[in-house]
Amino acid sequence: MSEWWEATRDHRLLLQHCDGCGSVQHYPRALCITCGSSDLSFREAVGTGVVDSFTVVHRAGEPYVLARVRLTEGPILLTHLDDIAEPRCDMPVLLAWRPLPDGRHLPVFRSADGL
Amino acid sequence: MTVAIAGAAECDLGKTGLDVLTLQSQAVIRALTDAGLTLSDVDGLATNNIGRFPVIQLAEYLGLRPRWCDSTFVGGSAFEMYVARAAQAIDAGQCSTVVISYASNQRSARSRTLTAAGDEYESPYRPLYPASYYAMVAQRYLHTYGLDRRHLAQVAVSARERAQRNPKAWTYGAGPLTVEEVLAAPLVSSPLGVLDCCLVTDGGGAVVLTSLERARDLPRPPAVVLGCGEMLDHTSMATAKDLLRTGAVESGRTALRAAGLTPADIDVIQLYDAFTISVPLGLEQLGFAAPGEGLSVTTPMNTGGGGLAYCHPGQFGVLLLVEAVRQLRETSAETALVHGTGGIFSSHATVILGVDR
Ligand SMILES: [Zn+2]
Repeated sequence: MSEWWEATRDHRLLLQHCDGCGSVQHYPRALCITCGSSDLSFREAVGTGVVDSFTVVHRAGEPYVLARVRLTEGPILLTHLDDIAEPRCDMPVLLAWRPLPDGRHLPVFRSADGL
Repeated sequence: MTVAIAGAAECDLGKTGLDVLTLQSQAVIRALTDAGLTLSDVDGLATNNIGRFPVIQLAEYLGLRPRWCDSTFVGGSAFEMYVARAAQAIDAGQCSTVVISYASNQRSARSRTLTAAGDEYESPYRPLYPASYYAMVAQRYLHTYGLDRRHLAQVAVSARERAQRNPKAWTYGAGPLTVEEVLAAPLVSSPLGVLDCCLVTDGGGAVVLTSLERARDLPRPPAVVLGCGEMLDHTSMATAKDLLRTGAVESGRTALRAAGLTPADIDVIQLYDAFTISVPLGLEQLGFAAPGEGLSVTTPMNTGGGGLAYCHPGQFGVLLLVEAVRQLRETSAETALVHGTGGIFSSHATVILGVDR
């Protein structure tokens, strides 16, 4: 599903919508896991969500915050939380982008507090 | 069902310096000896984790040509599934005597490679597999029920305590563990620290299944297979809708219903404790406690010390069965619930065992 990754070059987070039943799913698949239809199209996510859960990963190098973010559209994304001193479950977060060496970007999330 | 476990045994545990097939052979021969049987009685075989065509490799190594096999590979719960499949096969007359076996030398070999789903949408975030998933479950659990790491640490403390009564346990003789020590141990994936995680050891075991009728003529008291249940779930970290709702619900319910029992009827529990969080959540999902109250269950459990303190050779499921059989033979327990999980709560399988009445 390189279309998904290509869109990250333009800071667009795509979610797969089913043209048959309207379900939204992530990660992208060849079929809708709700109705089985193969009529699927990508639409851009609004970029908001809440932290379902998170963990600070300690391995070689700097620790980082891995999280499950429940997007406003419904699907959950495995991602990182950036620049959040004290992450908590259920906190609202906003989409941000971290560049990759090849020009693609990795969707990550920052705090939505104070907005 | 009219099938029973007639023999059960461990291979060498800990750091053995032995190869996998040697460990497997130990487990198989010891379990057969325990059952009063020999290799020539075996016509069914189930195993995994030995490179290409695991069950054929083991069969060839043992000099067997089984008429029935299983090599379902779903992580540590596979062995509970093998019990279900073997019981069906024996009941159906496809075979008469099945050996379920497993071994790993991951500690001696200094490697334990578990390939994740290869998910291009998750690996860029570098989760620790499987620890980061259990860590997120733990975080959500503590958040939801207003608990903290101290409460989970108690699970590790209790496991160590039980292991002090089991000379075969990796931590036997290490003395008691304190909550403070668990909290002070280096973090792996918060809120889980090193002592919230299961051991990395060599080890394995085997069980022998045959018809209850035949088992009654063998030397050891049969552990009767009363019911089985299973449920497959996710393999990615983001696909489970609710971190606190696992397939243990359906797996446990199916097995208990087949046995005609309720959680209150269970005398001893063997629950796969890959991480401290696995214990309270598992007990709740299996029906032994209400949500958020799994830490207060008093039913005897993980009596040998479990994966946290006794032995954890990659896939622990077969040793849960071995310990359950031991409890039914050597204590007043008449019913045992064995629950295996694999991966990141990816697979679940429950077996209910009971003494022959
Ligand atoms: Zn659909």
